[in-house]
Amino acid sequence: MNEIDFLNWVRGPGFQIAVIIFVAGIIIRLVEILMLGRKPNLAEAKGSAMRSGLRTIFSRSIPEKSTFKRSTFVIVTGFIFHIGLLITIFFFTPHILLFKDVSGLSWPALPTPIVDAVTVVTIIALFLVLAHRMSNTVLRFLTNYEDILVWLVTILPLITGYFAFHRVGATAPTLLALHILSVELLLVLFPFTKLMHAFTIVLARWYNGAISGYRGVQS
Amino acid sequence: MTDIPEGKDETLGDVLRQRGISRRSFLKFCATTASMMALPPSMIPTIAHALERAKKPSVIWLSFQECTGCTESLTRAHSVTIENLIFDSISLDYHHTLQAASGHAAEEARMAAMEENYGKYLLVVDGSIPLGNPGYSTIAGISNYDMLMETAKGAAAIISVGTCAAYGGIPHAKPNPTGAVSVGEIIKDKPIINVPGCPPIPVVITGVLTHFLTFGTIPELDHIGRPKVFYGQSIHDRCYRRTFYDKGQFAETFDDEGARKGWCLYKLGCKGPTTYNACATTKWNNGTSFPIESGHPCLGCSEPEFWDGGGFYKALSMPTEDISKTVIYTAAGAVAAGVAIGAIQKGRKNSAVASHSKTTIDDLEK
Amino acid sequence: MSASLEKGINVLKEQVDSTVAAFFSSCVHCGMCTDACLFYTETGDPSKTPILKAEPLRRIWKSEYTLSGRIAKLFGLGKKVDEKLLTDWETLVYDSCTLCGRCSMVCPVGNDITLLIRKTREGMAAAGHAPEGLIAATKRSVTIGSPMGVKLPALQAQIRHVEKDTGLTIPVDVEGADYMLLLSSMEIMHFPEFIGAVAKIFNKAGVTWTLSSEAFEATNSGIQIGVSDIAAELVQRTVDAAEKLKVKTVISPECGHAYMAIRWDGPNLVGKSFNFKVRHILEVLDELRQQGRLKTSSMDTQKLTYHDPCQISRRGGVINEPRNLIGMFAENFVEMSDRGKMNWCCGAGGGVSSNERADEIRLKVFQRKKDQLDEIKPDAIISACSNCRLHLEEGLEEYGMDIPLLSLTEILAEHLED
Ligand code: SF4
Ligand code: SF4
Ligand code: SF4
Repeated sequence: MNEIDFLNWVRGPGFQIAVIIFVAGIIIRLVEILMLGRKPNLAEAKGSAMRSGLRTIFSRSIPEKSTFKRSTFVIVTGFIFHIGLLITIFFFTPHILLFKDVSGLSWPALPTPIVDAVTVVTIIALFLVLAHRMSNTVLRFLTNYEDILVWLVTILPLITGYFAFHRVGATAPTLLALHILSVELLLVLFPFTKLMHAFTIVLARWYNGAISGYRGVQS
Repeated sequence: MTDIPEGKDETLGDVLRQRGISRRSFLKFCATTASMMALPPSMIPTIAHALERAKKPSVIWLSFQECTGCTESLTRAHSVTIENLIFDSISLDYHHTLQAASGHAAEEARMAAMEENYGKYLLVVDGSIPLGNPGYSTIAGISNYDMLMETAKGAAAIISVGTCAAYGGIPHAKPNPTGAVSVGEIIKDKPIINVPGCPPIPVVITGVLTHFLTFGTIPELDHIGRPKVFYGQSIHDRCYRRTFYDKGQFAETFDDEGARKGWCLYKLGCKGPTTYNACATTKWNNGTSFPIESGHPCLGCSEPEFWDGGGFYKALSMPTEDISKTVIYTAAGAVAAGVAIGAIQKGRKNSAVASHSKTTIDDLEK
Repeated sequence: MSASLEKGINVLKEQVDSTVAAFFSSCVHCGMCTDACLFYTETGDPSKTPILKAEPLRRIWKSEYTLSGRIAKLFGLGKKVDEKLLTDWETLVYDSCTLCGRCSMVCPVGNDITLLIRKTREGMAAAGHAPEGLIAATKRSVTIGSPMGVKLPALQAQIRHVEKDTGLTIPVDVEGADYMLLLSSMEIMHFPEFIGAVAKIFNKAGVTWTLSSEAFEATNSGIQIGVSDIAAELVQRTVDAAEKLKVKTVISPECGHAYMAIRWDGPNLVGKSFNFKVRHILEVLDELRQQGRLKTSSMDTQKLTYHDPCQISRRGGVINEPRNLIGMFAENFVEMSDRGKMNWCCGAGGGVSSNERADEIRLKVFQRKKDQLDEIKPDAIISACSNCRLHLEEGLEEYGMDIPLLSLTEILAEHLED
C-alpha cells in the first residue's frame, strides 16, 4: 500500500468504518442508559425539575467560586483544552467542509492562523493536564489506563493535524492520512471510554439539576 | 524526431554542432539544467563536457495501456529547444507511435537494437500492463507483459513515463478491469525511474535523460521512485495561491469573488497539498502557466491512485464515501439494536427487583 | 435470608437506573469532587475521593448494564464485586461519607455522586457490611421505635417537664389538628427545650398541632444504613399516625436526615404520595412569618452565624427560610464563606455519628468547620439540626473553642413578642 492508497483508505473505507462504530456505539449507549428508566418521584415538588435540569446543563459549565479556588488548575486547563478542541474541530475550514459533506450544514470558519495558534495552546494545555494528572496525588490515585489512553487519542489528532498543516516530518499525504487515522481512532474509542461524557454530560447534568430542582435547590 | 542523424558513433556534441547550436546557447542550456537539477554552478562545465562527449544512447520506447497523451506532451513543444534536440539526438530505435516501420519490421528493429546494445540501452515505457488477461493489450501478437519482460532484460535502466507506467494510472483505477499494474510491480531487478504525471511535464523527461547522459547514472529518487529534483516539492508548497490558503481565503465556486481574486482552490477540490510535481515551478506550455494558475484545482495526477481520491472537486478533507447515508443507516440500525440491548438489560434489572428478598433487622448481620 | 454477598449484589443490581448509568458514564476522573469533600480536604487521603466510594455500584452497572461490560464478563474480564471489595469499602462508604451532597454540587459533568454512594450503601448493608453502630441503632429504631431507645414514657416525662416550665399544654394525639410534629430522639433526650419553643410559637400564632404517641420519632436509621425496606417500614409508622389523626401537615423537626427521610424519600419508599403535606419546622415558621403571625420584639446583638445542615439546605431545599427567620431577630448576622447549598458538612451526618468506628475521623474533619468559623469568629452559631448541633459542640470542645450552639426554633421563640 502506498501513501496515497493509505490516504484514500482513511478518507474512504477507514472513515466509514470509524463513523459506523462511532454512531452505532453512541446511540446504543444512550439508548441503553435511557431504557433503564427512572421511577417517578412521588414526593410533593418544591421546585421545577424541568427548569432546574435545563439550567444545570448550562450552569454547570461555570464553576462556583469556592470550587474554582480549590480546583483552579483543573478548571483553567480544562476550559482551555475544551475550548481549544471546539475551535480546532469546528472552526477550521477543511473540517467545516467535512461537516458540510456529511450533514449539509456549514458555518463560517475562523482565520487559519488563529486555529493554528489555538492548536498549539491546546496541545500545551493537554500536556499540562497530563503532567498535573501524573504529579497530583489525588489525580494519580484516580488515574487508570483508560485515562491515559483517552488523553493520547485526544492529543494525537491535534499533533498530527499540526504536523499535517505545517507539512513537516513526512510527506504530505502520509501526514494527512495519519491525521485522519488518528481521528478515526478517536471516533472508534469514543463510545467505549469516558469520552462518552461529551454526550452523557447532558443527561448527567439534567438529572442532577432535576433531582435538586425538584427539592427547590438550583444545583 | 525526424531526420535522425546517421552513424551511431556520433557524440551529442557533434549532433548539436550539426544543428547549428552555438556554444553559448549550449552552455546556457547546461546552466539551466544544472539549476533545474539543483546542482551548483561549478557543475556546469562538467555537464557541458559530459554532454558533448556523450554517445547517442539507444532508446527503446514501449507503449502499453496508454492514451498517447504522454508522447503528445513530449512532442508538443512549441519551439525548437535544446531539450527537443537532446531528445532528438537519442537513437530512438523503437517507438511504435513515432516510428515509420510497423508490424514485423518494427519488431525486428526492436530485436536488433536490443541485441546490438544489450545491457546498455534505455527502456522507456508508457502505459500500464494488464495482468488480468494478456489479451487486453498486445502488440504484434505479443502480450505487453511478455514484451516488457523480454525488453527489460537487456536494459541499463527503465524510465516509466506517465502515471500509468509509474503507478498504474487510469487503467488501474477502481475497479481495474484489466488488472493493470505499473512497470515497477513487474520488474524488480532494474533501476526504474518514475516520471509520473498525466501527462508528465516534457522538460522533466528531458531532464532525466540529460542526467542520464551527463552522469551515466540515474538521478536521486524519492520513496516512490521519482527524481527528487523534480518531485521534491509539493504543488501546495510552491503554489502562488498559498498565502490565501494560509489566511483562509478560498474560492467557493469557479466564478465567485474569491475565484476572480485568485484565492486558494482548496474548497474546489485542489489536491495540491498532497501532490508532488514540478508544475508550479516549471509550468506548462513553455512556462506559460499551470492548472491552478488557470483557475482549476490540481488533480494530483503525479500521485498513485489519483483517480480514486473521491472526485476531483471533493476537498481533501472530505470523506470519499457517502457518509451521510452511512450515518443514517447506522443510526437506524443502532436505535433498533440499542432498544433490543436496552430491553435485555432492563429485563435483567426487573429480574433483580423480582428476586428481591426483603431485608429486615435480622438480616443485617451475616 | 441473612446478609450475603449474593443478596448485596442483587440489591446493587436493583439500584441501577438511568441516572446511575448516566452518572457513571460521564465521570472523567477530574478529581474535582475530591476537592469538594471534607473527608479529603481534612485528611489529604486521595482514597476518600467521592466517586470512588461508589465503586461497588459502578462495577455492577458496568458488568450488568453496559454492552461492553457484558461482553467483558462473558470472557471472564471486568472487575467483580466480592467480599474483599465490600470489606475494603465499608469504611469509605459509611465512615468517610456523610452523604452531605457537596460533591454533587461541584462535579463538572453533573454527577449526583451522593446518590451513588447512598445507593451503594443499600448493597453494602444487604451484604452484611454495615457498621455495627448503625446496625444497633437500626434495630432499636425498629423494635423500640427510636435509634436511641427512647420510649413513650420517656417522652411523656419530658413533656411533663416542658409543660411545667412553660405553663403550656403539649397536645398529644389530637385528631384533626393542622400539624403533627415529629421529634428526634436527640431532641427528646438532649434538647427538650425545643418542644417548649414550638409550643410557645404555635400558641402565639394560633396554630393547632399535636404529637402522636404512636409515631413521634422523626429519625430514620433505615435511610442512614441504607436499607429501603426498613426505612419504608419506619416511614409507614408516621404515615399511619398522620392518617389516623387526620392532620394536614406533618412537621419534620430540627434534624437533617429525618427531613430527607419523610419529605423526599418517604413517599417513594412506601410507594405512594402522601395525603398530607410534609414540611420542615423552619418552613412552617417562615410561612407563619410571611402571614404576619410571628412577631419578634427583641433583637439579638451578638454576632451570629448559621450552619446549614446538609440534608435540610443543600439536599432538602430549605435555604432561604432560616435566613428570613434569623433576619427577624439578628442584628449582626454574618454568613460563613461557603454557605447555603455550598455549605460544608459538620462531619457527623449520614449515620457517621452513630458509628463509633468513625469517631476519630469525624472529629478530624471537623477541622473544616473550625476553619470556616475561625474566619468569621461568631459569638454563637445557629443551626437547625440537633445532630449537627451535638457534633458541633463536641467538635468545638475538642478544638478548644467556646462558641455556643443555638437552635433556630428555640432562639426565635425567645425573641417572640410577649
Ligand atoms: S490552490 Fe491548491 S495548491 Fe494552491 S494553495 Fe490552494 S490548495 Fe494549495
Ligand atoms: S456526600 Fe459529602 S461526605 Fe460524601 S463524598 Fe460527597 S462530599 Fe464527601
Ligand atoms: S467531579 Fe465528577 S467527573 Fe470529576 S472525578 Fe468526581 S465524579 Fe468524576
